Parts: sequence; structure tokens; C-alpha cells
Amino acid sequence: MSLQESDARSLGNRFSTEEDTANIHHGNTKNQPKTKYENAFHQILAALKKQLKQSHFKFSVAGEESQFTRFNGAKVRQTGQVCDSKMTLTLISEESISERISSAESTATKPTLKEESSLAELEAGYRTTTLSLPFVGEFETDWQSLKPALESLQTELINLPIDPYVVLPSADDRTPRAHHSREIYAGKLLQPSQLIEALLSPVQSLDFSGLYAGGQAYRGYADSAGKQHWFETPSFTLDYSLFEQVGESKAAVKGTLAGHQWTQNDYEQSIATAQEQLTMSARARKQLQKGRYSTYLAPAAVADIIDTIACGGGLGEAALRQGNSPFSRLEKGEAVLSSQFSLGEDFQRVGRPRFNADGEIAPMQLPVVQHGRWVEALVNGRSEQEYGKPSNGANGAEALRAASVAPGNLPEKDVLRALDTGLYVSNVHYLNWSDLTAGHITGMTRYACFWVENGEVIAPIENLRFDDDLYRFLGEGLIALTDRQTFVPAVGTYERRSLGGMWVPGMLINDFRYTL
Amino acid sequence: MIGQLTAALEQIDIPADWIGIRAMQEVSSYRAMRDGYPQQNRRELNRGAMVEVLAAGQFGYSATNHLTAQSLRQAAQKAYEQAIAASQWAVHHFTQTVRPAIKGSYRSPYAKPFDSLSVSEINDLLRRLCDRLKVSAAIVRTSAIARIHEIDTWFVSSNGSEVHQRLNLIEGHLGAIAQAPGVTQSRSDNGYLARSYQGGWERFLDDTLWARAERIGQQAVALLSAPNCPNEATTLVLAPDQMMLQLHESVGHPIELDRILGDERNYAGGSFVKPADFGQLVYGSPLMNVTFDATLAGELASYEFDDTGTPADKAYLIREGVLQRGLGGLESQERLGVPGVACTRACSWNRPAIDRMANINLEPGETDFDTMISRIESGVYMESNRSWSIDDQRHKFQFGCEYARKIENGQLTTLLKNPNYRSTTTQFWQNLDQVGNHHSLKVYGTPYCGKGEPNQLIRVGHASPACAFKNIEVFGGVS
Repeated sequence: MSLQESDARSLGNRFSTEEDTANIHHGNTKNQPKTKYENAFHQILAALKKQLKQSHFKFSVAGEESQFTRFNGAKVRQTGQVCDSKMTLTLISEESISERISSAESTATKPTLKEESSLAELEAGYRTTTLSLPFVGEFETDWQSLKPALESLQTELINLPIDPYVVLPSADDRTPRAHHSREIYAGKLLQPSQLIEALLSPVQSLDFSGLYAGGQAYRGYADSAGKQHWFETPSFTLDYSLFEQVGESKAAVKGTLAGHQWTQNDYEQSIATAQEQLTMSARARKQLQKGRYSTYLAPAAVADIIDTIACGGGLGEAALRQGNSPFSRLEKGEAVLSSQFSLGEDFQRVGRPRFNADGEIAPMQLPVVQHGRWVEALVNGRSEQEYGKPSNGANGAEALRAASVAPGNLPEKDVLRALDTGLYVSNVHYLNWSDLTAGHITGMTRYACFWVENGEVIAPIENLRFDDDLYRFLGEGLIALTDRQTFVPAVGTYERRSLGGMWVPGMLINDFRYTL
Repeated sequence: MIGQLTAALEQIDIPADWIGIRAMQEVSSYRAMRDGYPQQNRRELNRGAMVEVLAAGQFGYSATNHLTAQSLRQAAQKAYEQAIAASQWAVHHFTQTVRPAIKGSYRSPYAKPFDSLSVSEINDLLRRLCDRLKVSAAIVRTSAIARIHEIDTWFVSSNGSEVHQRLNLIEGHLGAIAQAPGVTQSRSDNGYLARSYQGGWERFLDDTLWARAERIGQQAVALLSAPNCPNEATTLVLAPDQMMLQLHESVGHPIELDRILGDERNYAGGSFVKPADFGQLVYGSPLMNVTFDATLAGELASYEFDDTGTPADKAYLIREGVLQRGLGGLESQERLGVPGVACTRACSWNRPAIDRMANINLEPGETDFDTMISRIESGVYMESNRSWSIDDQRHKFQFGCEYARKIENGQLTTLLKNPNYRSTTTQFWQNLDQVGNHHSLKVYGTPYCGKGEPNQLIRVGHASPACAFKNIEVFGGVS
């Protein structure tokens, strides 16, 4: 018996090809007509410029029209649509020393020489405040709610303390080509009337559960310095599980699909692959004792680990400077990871916007760790102000948005042979730091995980808890990476549907530590 | 607003068995200081409506942030089409009995209104708290956060429900990170945003605020030179702020009826609890009494009605260690045939209501805290959650805390850093050996309970006294 490395996650139609990416950068989308949301966004922007004149401001929108259908037991548990969006306006006001003195004069309480001296000691600075409101995509409605709020924002602004790390809107000469962007993706998704039959007909003999989430999503940014970005895409994710009763417990496998375009054949192929794994999982489970085992982490499991270690801000300049990062030793050169391990951002194939909340465009590719050594932190404009390192367009959390782990040399077909005896872990669950600054991470195995002996799958396992040191398992414990990356889509729907995902290979690890 | 929604409801012309509109408006402000400088001054108005329709035994929904009568009519039409499209594939044939007709209102109690502090006063307060947290040069990061929310929910339905609930919420946080060569330690105000309550500024500006800020800074620094928590099986005493997490993860989630029904198993997971366990399963020792209590004034998730209009009350989930009822609303109770509570909740107008925790509390026992410690020859006392992980059946867990003390010969002694413990759920609760009395009971909450597809973060409250558990595996970090 052997395992197909191409797990269900890898079968989704990918978000963009090299050709798509080239088109975006050559501006082939600029002739696409504006949607009502983009139109309203530009109309509000024009009104803001007129209203706010010389003031610094940043304006953004984020929204979606989404279909959510939840399944349990190959039936529908809940189904519906959500049309939701918000617009966010940030105002920044400058207070100079002369303005402060002038303000004091205007109140007829002219400062004494001593008071003037005291005022002069204060540095000029900026104050900033932000307001979010519903955005419905109709200028009259949206401007009617935003316009009266401007006055209250300006009133609030003068009562706030100076923020020394404000990021002013600027058309920075370092990236003149990045001031404007417009990416409009086309696609074809399932219609609500077709969706349920398309998904459930092929799985009527299976215990199928999960969530289909799809529809239009858009993000926009503009500011008083002239930056403008718009991103809009149809997209879907299908995150599902198959179950089969085995004695008193249930065997389970996980699959995901994502893309701009629904392809029924891809879906049915994904189900067929998942069924193969389910057949292998639906046998008596082996109960393993806690201890250290050689472990192969399939791409979905690697993605969850990368999500925990790299998407929570630990690779950011702020976390490093504020004592809140597990990567401090790596950054200082006091520790290295395996020379096989390289991690960074790669926006080429993920289908999500590159601009951040300050309108900065991140580089298409950004190495953070290369061959086990630190290259550079994720830095946003605020950290640039505070710590003096140039921004590389990171988001507010300084978290990876388009993580990519470089592939290695292990052919996928040789994974079991290379593992020899140990654990094949398809998925992991509920990861968390057991010691953040030391780099210790814990979590559970989940779904199709197997005990392997002499390169042969022997039995599925009872789930185990792991707790290990990333400097060990991504350091000397990292034996090999597979020679192909798999796209693992972001399927989260907190607040709104996530976009994009990450590209990761599988990892073979020596002596991975299981504790319960 | 009730009048507007009722008028909109009357204009909806679809052949549905039942229609409900749940409109919500949340006005929030987020104020945060780091190291005495403003980190965030943000306000938000979030407003919209969820239109839910029952047709051919299936619910369909459509949510919109455009609150006009026309938008609501369109939403109702879409929700109807969703219900019809799904009806032949329905997991259960529902009737309107799961949407009781109800009229009523609820308002959070508060003493000091949110507008009693200006934005400049709030910023100044947070700046001074940062100053107080920074007790020495070893403190490398301080943070102080105050978040307030005024949430109105209006619910009307075609069978006559009219409900208005007004929640005033305040969420507070203080934190300090201390560093010395090779070591970093954090301390917070009972865990991140654990001081989340219904009420006004009186919940933030209480008599202990400034002393707590100073203690947080001092303890962060003291932890730098503390030894690691030992690795051993011993008696574990958990403070109420860690009992919050313990209750949440190993009692609240496992007894959610939608997890037992399998609705949640593709995301957060299932449960080791079986339908036949209700009334039978010995979950913990006879000292274990856990309640669902939506009536505790000031606790974060108190309400009069859940988001389907079901009236809420106080009910025992576990009595004297035996599982009594689950956390599930009328839909899940009907599907599973077990008793539940009024806890069908949605995080906002843009998500459908599902089974959620609200206030899940451990009822106090008889033992005062000093007596509890005095009875323990050897053990470890832990406070304030910093790490949590549990399997998808809510069985094997590992939790970590910010702060610990050794217990030796009935006394709290040496300070310990990096304390963690791990166990399995029923084994852990069956080892419950002492339950603190009402003097040690503390009320906390969190805005961040994640669950559901589409995902939802919801606010929950947890009240508990300190508790002692025998023979638990504790462990520390790397020296």
C-alpha cells in the first residue's frame, strides 16, 4: 500500500498562472469596466479630496458578496448569502510649534516667555484617527454617512496625543511604478441554484461535511498623496472532510479546492483522491506511545506550522524589537536553521492584493530566511518610522501574506521510502506556541495520519500531541523537503473570506517530539 | 427601529413559512497605547441585517448592510431562494417551533457611561498606565488597551417576535514584556483582554487598576530570574483567570450540541461526548458544578434572549460531576433529542446563529483560598493563560500560563516561569479535589471564541473560583 502525495489540497485550480501574472503587470486589466463598488470608491475619493483639501488622509474599502453553504452528512446544514463591506478613513493632522503658539494666542491667553519656551521644546508631530463605516457601493448613500462623520473625526483629532510613528501618505520616489495598481480577475463560479446539486450529487454515498464559500471580493486604497489601488476577484474555497465509521470512532480525511473558476471535474477528482485516503484510514488504529518519531509532514500540515510561526507577526520588525518574536536568535545570528530551509513571500501565484493599509506595494518576492539564515524582517511603514529600517510593504501585523517555502530535492514518490519507519502526518490541528520566545510549538495530529514501517503504510494512528522546538525541527532535525510545492489555500472566513494561500513542500523531520 | 423592521417585514411578499429579521448596530471605539504612545485610535460603526426565511422545512439566509425596505425585501427573496434550493438536501426538516414568538428587551447594567471620559482623557489614562507598567528598565514593552462597544440588536419575525437588546461592553488589557540577556517574560492583566465585561467605565476604572498595573510590571521583571516550572506529576492549583480557559476549552466546547451532531467537525472538530452521555457521563468529581448563566449581571455574555428569540436563564450543565445538558439551542435540541439552553448566537448581523457558549461558570464550593493551599504538601499554583491547544475531540489538551508559584508544605513559595500542564479532559476533571468558595470567585471574559463555518468570533464570559486538581503533569520550558 502506498500514499499518493498529491493530496486533495493540491488539486484545486490555481489562482493565477505565470501568464496571468504577466497580464496583470502589463496592465491588460485596465480596460475592464469598473464595477459599482469601484465606481463608488472613486466617487467618494473625489468628494474626499474636495472636502479635505490639503489634509492628509487614507481611504480604503474591503468587501464581498458571498455565498456560504455548510454541509453535514452530505446534506445542507445552513445556506445563505452575505453582502458586506466597510470603508475606512484615516485622518492625519500636523501640529507645528507655530500652530500651537498661535492656538494659544487665539484663546487670548498669550503664553508667557516661560510657556513659549516650554512649547518650543515640544516637537511638532502628527495626530491620527481612523473611522470605519458600512460601504454599500452607492455614492449617495455612502457619502451621506461619511460626510457628517468628517467633522467629528476632525474634532477628535485635535484632542488626541501626538503619534510619533504616523505613516504619512506619500508618493515615495523609491517605488514610482507602485503608486497605482488595478487588478481585476475574471472567473466563473457556481450559481446558488446549481451549487448544492453540483457538490452533493457526487458524494451521496459518503459522509461529507464542509463549507463552500465563494463570490466577488474587492479591496481598494487611495490617499491624499495620490496613491490608488484596486483589486477585485471572484473566488471560491471549498474546505471539506470525508468520514467513515470505524468501530467507535470515525476515520477522516481533509480536502480543499480554491480558485477563480469552478471545475466540476477537479472537484470530483479531489473527492476520488480523498476517498482513496479514507479507505486507508478506515482500519484499526495504532496507539502510539509518546516519544520521538521520524515524521513526514504533508504540505497541508507544513502550511499550518508556517501559518503559526510566520503569519502571526513573529517575522516582523516590531515583534523582534519588542521582545515578542521566536526568531530573535535567528535574526541575531545566534542560531541557524537547516540550510535546506528558505521562507519568504511570493505574490506571483496567490491571488491576493500586494498593497497594504498605507498603499505600499510589497515586492513580488521577498526572502526572509534563506538557506537557514536570516535575510530581513517584514517591515511596514510604522516600523520604518519607529526603528529606521526601510519598509518592504508589510501589512499592519507584519505577517506573511503570501508565504512560500522553497522546495527541496526529495521526489514525492520517494517520501515513504525516505521516511522508512515513522509517522506520515497529513494534517495538524490547533497549533499554538508552548513557549513563544523559545520557539516551542505544540499541536495535534488530525485526519489521515499513518504509522509507516520499512516504507510501507501499516495503520492509521490515534491522534498525538506534539511539542517541539522550531530551531530543532527546522534545523538539524530537517532531513528533506519534497521537490514540489503545493498550493494550500487560505480558507478562513473570520470577518470576511480570506484570499490567497501559501506554497509549501512536504517536510521530512527526524525525531519529531510527541508528548501525549 | 422595531417599527421600521416590522413595516419592512410586512412588505415582504414571499410564500415562506416564517421570516425573521435580525438587525444590528455596533458602535465601537478602540484605544491603545504602547510604551506611552498612541497605537490605535479607531472608531467603527457596523450595521446590517440578517434576513432568515423558513420554507419547505429549510432555513435560508441573506444578510445585507444596506438597511432600506427595498434591500430587506431583496434579501428576503434571496433567502427564500436559498431555502428552496436546499430543501431537498436538508439535514433536518424544521418548523417554526424553533423560532418561538417572543416580545421583550434587555439592557446591560452600567454605572459610569462611556461618554463620561473624553478621548483625550482615555488616551491620557492609557499613557499613565503604560508609565505605571514600566517599573524598571528591564521592561521593554508596555501596552494598555480600552475598547468599548454599544450594540443594539432588534429582532422581529412573522410570528410576532419583537425583541430589542442593548449591550454596553468594555474590554480592557494591560501587558508588560521584560527582558534580560537570554530571557524574555510577559505578564498581563489576567490574560489578553480577559477583563471584558458588560457595563461602563466603572468596570475599567476600579479601585485595583493602578496597583494591578504596577504588579504586572513587577511580576514580569521577577519572572526573568525565576526557575522554570518543574517537570512532575503534582497537585495543580489554577487561579480563576486560568480556570476561565480550562472551562472554556474542556467543558464548554465538548458539550456543544452542534459539535456532537457533526456540524462543526470539518472546522473546530467534534466531541468525545455522545448523545447518550447526557444524564449519565461522570465528567468530573462530585465537586464539579458548571452552569450556563445568562443572568449574571456584568458578565460579558449575559442576555435575555438568544439570537433566535429563545428566552435565556440559568441552568446546570454539570451537577455534582454528572453531565446534565448540552450547549445547544432549539434546532440542535430537536435534532439530537437532548436538553440544551438558549445559546443560538451569531457574532454579528452578517453570520447565521449557531450553538455557542455564553456565560459558562463553575459554581463556587466551600474552601477559602488560604485553606486550599494549606492542605497541599507539594504542588504548583498557576495564573493567567498564555498558551492553549486541544485536539479536535476535546480530549487531549496542553495549556500554559504566565506565572506560577511552588506550593510547599501548605505555603506558596518559589516563583516559577514558563508553567504548563497537560492532561485529558475527563481524567483532569475527575481529579478536581478542591473548589474555592465565593471569596475567590472571579468573573472574566473573552471577545475571541472562534467557531463556525463561515467563521465567527463571539464574546463569552467565564466565572470561577480557584480550584485544585490532583496528580496533574506539569512542566516548564528550556532553562
